[in-house]
Amino acid sequence: MNLHGVSAIYKFEMARMRRTLMQSVASPVISTCLYFVVFGSAIGSRMGDIDNISYGAYIIPGLVMLSLLMQSISNASFGIYMPKFSGTIYEVLSAPVSYLEVVLGYVGAAATKSVILGIIILLTAKLFVNYDVLHPFWMFAFLVLTAITFSLFGFIIGIWADGFEKLQIVPLMIVTPLVFLGGTFYSIDMLPEAWQTVSLFNPVVYLISGFRWAFYGVSDVHVGISVGMTFFFLTSCMVGVWWIFKTGYRLRS
Amino acid sequence: MQPDISVKNLNKTYGGGFQALKNINLDIESGEIFALLGPNGAGKTTLISIICGIVNLSSGEVKAAGYDIIRDYRKARQSIGLVPQELNTDSFETVWDTVCFSRGLFGKPPSPAHIEQVLRDLSLWDKRSNRIMSLSGGMKRRVMIAKALSHEPQILFLDEPTAGVDVELRRDMWNMVRKLRENGVTIILTTHYIEEAEEMADRIGVIRDGEIILVEEKSTLMSKLGKKELRLHLQKPMEKLPGELLLEPVELSDDGYELIYSFDSQEEQDGVARLLRKLSELGIEYRDLQTRESSLEDIFVNLVHE
Repeated sequence: MNLHGVSAIYKFEMARMRRTLMQSVASPVISTCLYFVVFGSAIGSRMGDIDNISYGAYIIPGLVMLSLLMQSISNASFGIYMPKFSGTIYEVLSAPVSYLEVVLGYVGAAATKSVILGIIILLTAKLFVNYDVLHPFWMFAFLVLTAITFSLFGFIIGIWADGFEKLQIVPLMIVTPLVFLGGTFYSIDMLPEAWQTVSLFNPVVYLISGFRWAFYGVSDVHVGISVGMTFFFLTSCMVGVWWIFKTGYRLRS
Repeated sequence: MQPDISVKNLNKTYGGGFQALKNINLDIESGEIFALLGPNGAGKTTLISIICGIVNLSSGEVKAAGYDIIRDYRKARQSIGLVPQELNTDSFETVWDTVCFSRGLFGKPPSPAHIEQVLRDLSLWDKRSNRIMSLSGGMKRRVMIAKALSHEPQILFLDEPTAGVDVELRRDMWNMVRKLRENGVTIILTTHYIEEAEEMADRIGVIRDGEIILVEEKSTLMSKLGKKELRLHLQKPMEKLPGELLLEPVELSDDGYELIYSFDSQEEQDGVARLLRKLSELGIEYRDLQTRESSLEDIFVNLVHE
């Protein structure tokens, strides 16, 4: 195992986060705060409780998930896309690092950043809304697993993308709608029955539901299913990454 | 002693069906400077990219420092440093950080002393805290060399190292290459500047259309293929060559003021004497004469246009 290599990639990526602190930490924190102010405090005060949880508190897990998914994807996709774009990828390809080590470095750094960000957002939320975490271990487990899964997904997007447009298209056109329709702002029980069934095809429903369960003990789907689905997505992304390296897709001709 | 680079029956066909390399066989000995010459698109960069692990081979076997580049890729790659043709650098990182990154990536524990030495050798020490984007093209080229040397490689690939580089940097680079060789590093360089190969290389390989058409000691190559030329500046212009000279390999320049006699430097040397005797018999007077040995460039141009 080339631990020096993993650590070099990891540190390099974390240094990028420090350099771009405004972009990578401040801006997601600010936009999430705006959600808390608008939906949590302003509109939320006029909304009824959902599952006996105040509306402001109810949307916290979903909003943290939203940032977590978007940031994991963008951190990881950007992390591997930039060397491809600037051409410095030659060095990683010619280095004595295995596929696993490359992924550990890039995805590990992207996931670390997302987890740090998720925790910052949770702490910031305390300023606006009062909430408790019923199952801290599971909350953290969901946070970490989701960060890893979607960093892997972002890594795949970064490899696939051959332009900045493609880099943006998946998070904006697919992930954002899925999160908004995945029960961030409502319980899917509140939807007409047909839409409830449709919602079950939205993978984000399982992530948010499980995450919310860790906070408040209530969920749209059984938490076991949420855990199972999280591992299913994780495995799917791992298979995707494995395939990329096995075939050299867009990396080695 | 085993060669540092051993390439056996190497073929590369790209996805589109283009065969970039055809049955390449090449051994590069430890500690030598090997220059790979060839016109654009001949396959130089593909060959280097395969050895370094950036491009997959289609068939054949490649070993670096005795290790198979696929089965023992870690050991093979650890022994190699690569300076690619394009100026591919990070932008926002400092010189120091990017060079340290390279060392770590190649599996070496941090060594500030070694990095300092490399940066000093390449006149980069004063720039160590600068962001790479603020450096000039020549400085960026030095940074790329520093990155390639950061992990103390046994084999160094320089792909067109002096393309677009000013004279001073080129001299510096040549000095650095010589110094590395003294330390036992094997160096493989591709170049367009024949002057560079002529100045630096121990051996020269010529690649054309994906095939190695020649590998030879530089000195042997030059003496084997080198042509000499004798130019005689005439007192009076001639309209055409006299019949007596038609059997000799002599040409008349367009303005009629010069006789150009080409001969092989390997052949017996009485050709010049015979020509001069004939000229005096014919009463042709000349006011000056000069001989010139063909350069590697002439040899190269002849080879790739055969």
